[in-house]
Amino acid sequence: MNGEGSFASRGRQQIVVSGLGGQGVLFVTRLLAETAIRKGASVLTSETHGMAQRGGVVVSHLKVGDFSSPLVRASQADGLIVLSAENFSFHRRFLKTSGWAIVNAPPGSQGGGNMNVHAVDADGLAQESGNPRSVNLILLGYALSMPGAREEGGLLFCSPEDVEAALRRRLEAKDTLLAASLSALALGMKQGKR
Amino acid sequence: MLGNEAMAHGLLENGCRVAASYPGTPASEILSALARLRTEHGIAMHAEWAVNEKVAFEIAYTGSMTGLRTAVSMKQVGLNVASDPLMSAAYTGVKGGFLIISADDPGPYSSQTEQDSRLLAMMAKVPVLDPSTPAHARELIAAGYEISEIFEIPVMLRPTTRVCHACQDVSPREIPPFLREADFRKSPTRWAATPAFRYELHRRLNVKLAAIAGWPRTAPFRANPDAAGPRAVVASGVAAAHAREILSESGLWDRIPLYHVVQPYPLHSDFVFHLLNAYEEVLVLEETTGVIEMQLLDRRRVRGKLSGAVPEAGELLPEIVEGVLAKFAGIDGETSDAQVPERGGRRPTLCAGCSHRSSFYAIKKAAPEGIYPSDIGCYTLGLNLGGVDTVLCMGAAVSQAAGFYQAYRLAGKSVDIVATIGDSTFYHAGIPPLIDAVVQGARFVLVILDNSTTAMTGFQPTPATGKGAAGEPTGAVDMEALVRACGVGFCKVGVPSRLPEFIGLLKEAIAYSHEKGPAVVIAREPCVMDRSRADRLPRPGKVTITDDCDGCRYCTTQFECPALLYDEEGERVSIDGILCTGCGVCLHVCPLDAIRKAPPEGTSP
Repeated sequence: MNGEGSFASRGRQQIVVSGLGGQGVLFVTRLLAETAIRKGASVLTSETHGMAQRGGVVVSHLKVGDFSSPLVRASQADGLIVLSAENFSFHRRFLKTSGWAIVNAPPGSQGGGNMNVHAVDADGLAQESGNPRSVNLILLGYALSMPGAREEGGLLFCSPEDVEAALRRRLEAKDTLLAASLSALALGMKQGKR
Repeated sequence: MLGNEAMAHGLLENGCRVAASYPGTPASEILSALARLRTEHGIAMHAEWAVNEKVAFEIAYTGSMTGLRTAVSMKQVGLNVASDPLMSAAYTGVKGGFLIISADDPGPYSSQTEQDSRLLAMMAKVPVLDPSTPAHARELIAAGYEISEIFEIPVMLRPTTRVCHACQDVSPREIPPFLREADFRKSPTRWAATPAFRYELHRRLNVKLAAIAGWPRTAPFRANPDAAGPRAVVASGVAAAHAREILSESGLWDRIPLYHVVQPYPLHSDFVFHLLNAYEEVLVLEETTGVIEMQLLDRRRVRGKLSGAVPEAGELLPEIVEGVLAKFAGIDGETSDAQVPERGGRRPTLCAGCSHRSSFYAIKKAAPEGIYPSDIGCYTLGLNLGGVDTVLCMGAAVSQAAGFYQAYRLAGKSVDIVATIGDSTFYHAGIPPLIDAVVQGARFVLVILDNSTTAMTGFQPTPATGKGAAGEPTGAVDMEALVRACGVGFCKVGVPSRLPEFIGLLKEAIAYSHEKGPAVVIAREPCVMDRSRADRLPRPGKVTITDDCDGCRYCTTQFECPALLYDEEGERVSIDGILCTGCGVCLHVCPLDAIRKAPPEGTSP
């Protein structure tokens, strides 16, 4: 157990990332996990490997703070990041009633009634930006830019700067990829602030 | 750190010097991480991808006979393959510590069965440890080696998918030097024991187990020592992690004592005695079979899988644990009817540009009325396009093809039988049935889908790759020579993406098989996902759909490439420009010839 003023005791957060194999669900989950570790928090994640990675439904659970189980239960997630709109209908069950969701959906899509659901056309943005594989980071950027009830002022346990720093560490030796990743993150953040 | 990486660290921190494995989800990353760490730290260690789990087991086990600490890792169905040496090694025992890491897959997410490796540990009479998190798995490696060396017995570590593929903040520790050299002490009555000596070895094994059932370091512990009440929960593995969190969040933490079992077999005898004396009712939470439960010999007071209180199939998800705990505690609460999520959504599919898709399409063209036995790997997804009729276990495509032939032969019927097997699976278990087919004159075509890698599990080398676990050069076998050496008279190599030629080759093989016996076609083309391969085939380029498309969906159902999209509103097919690899195979697929080469583009999208 961590002390009272520590990150772990006040910063608990449960996030589910959902998408299809190849969309980069694992990448976003690990990036957030590394960010949390750098902030001194305990982290547990659970990933999908194996056959499902061939284009099927992939879901990751991320629990930041003092937890023992690697899985998020139904109605317990603070947030849901959905890389493929078709997954939203069966992964929304993870969300608390007060939870938020960031969903990659075509332009004109509606949010989910009284739930805190934000639709972002990340596919379109990724295409436009010439980096079609960056849907995952665009959505993360969007989530990072949204105002929220967290102590940090946003929806997530970490700030955009924290995630950028984690990206820089992770892609240290890959300049082109790092530049593309940072610009995808920034693109998402710009959408959120609009 | 991923659970599998944490275990690799644990092995090195505890002096493991020989490790062998065969890839299989969820265990694959243990050996990859070991090989990488070995190279990074410059440790003198043998780490290999073996041809199958039996061979891996025997190599690692023999290392321990010479006094070294060793380990074998595999998925649970791999333990079936290695079960023969497992049963015997329990009797003959070890010198250096020997760990068998067998990763179970409750769900199942990536396996043919949900079998519980702990039952095989019980059958073999070896102790088994049940980690609940990545950090715990790493700690149990030290405990496992300790028991293994003190009692000279193989020890099983049984992680599950949620341990192997969980990530946790775990810091690497120093890897201490471990100075032991191979020193095999001959003892024929032990290492080559005949049945007369085996009785004595069995008797000694029972004595060891009785002592291990009192071993303090692996005894169950109370997670909440201050809790008091007439009912207790006993849990192991990930179920213990779920139970801990749920009890503390639901206000039951002080009312229900929670015992965390680390060594489910042999269950500590004092613990069994205490439990049955101290509580009116005991609930057991474990995956996947009631192994702890069946060692608690009081059917009236013990609740679990055998009593019907806990589901006997499927992953023990936290939602289920929550409901079971609420019922056990006598709470009706809103959570007790927590719904168990159904799995839904898009199914996995062969990648765009995958050569297996071409192979299956060609097989259906060459033998439209055929029977298609298949095997374990990415290509099992040939199911989606109707190219796979059976999947049993590793290597069974070959023996099932023979089985179909023999069964139909009795009825005087001749059917086209075209079996598919991956290259890695062929080496693993496909060779003995091929020899058998030659001897018995079974008439079928075996298509070896040779993409020169073990793709499904993360691109591990095959025996033909000529590279080891960390990319170091190794020997290599010649697939064609091997097939011919089995006695097969027809063995030809084709490239599946050259579709018309490949269909012709299959027809030739089918005609041969009906005349003479088994024919082998090697479908050789690199995996599109394998970035290490520079020898990719030239590609014709991207395709487009002309106005001739009438939306018949032949291409999306029979060829099923994810880059071919059916537009419900426009009632026609379009191309996903991001996914399309430009393999050009679909140019041969459209009955209306509406798939054409795209004109060259000025700019890339």
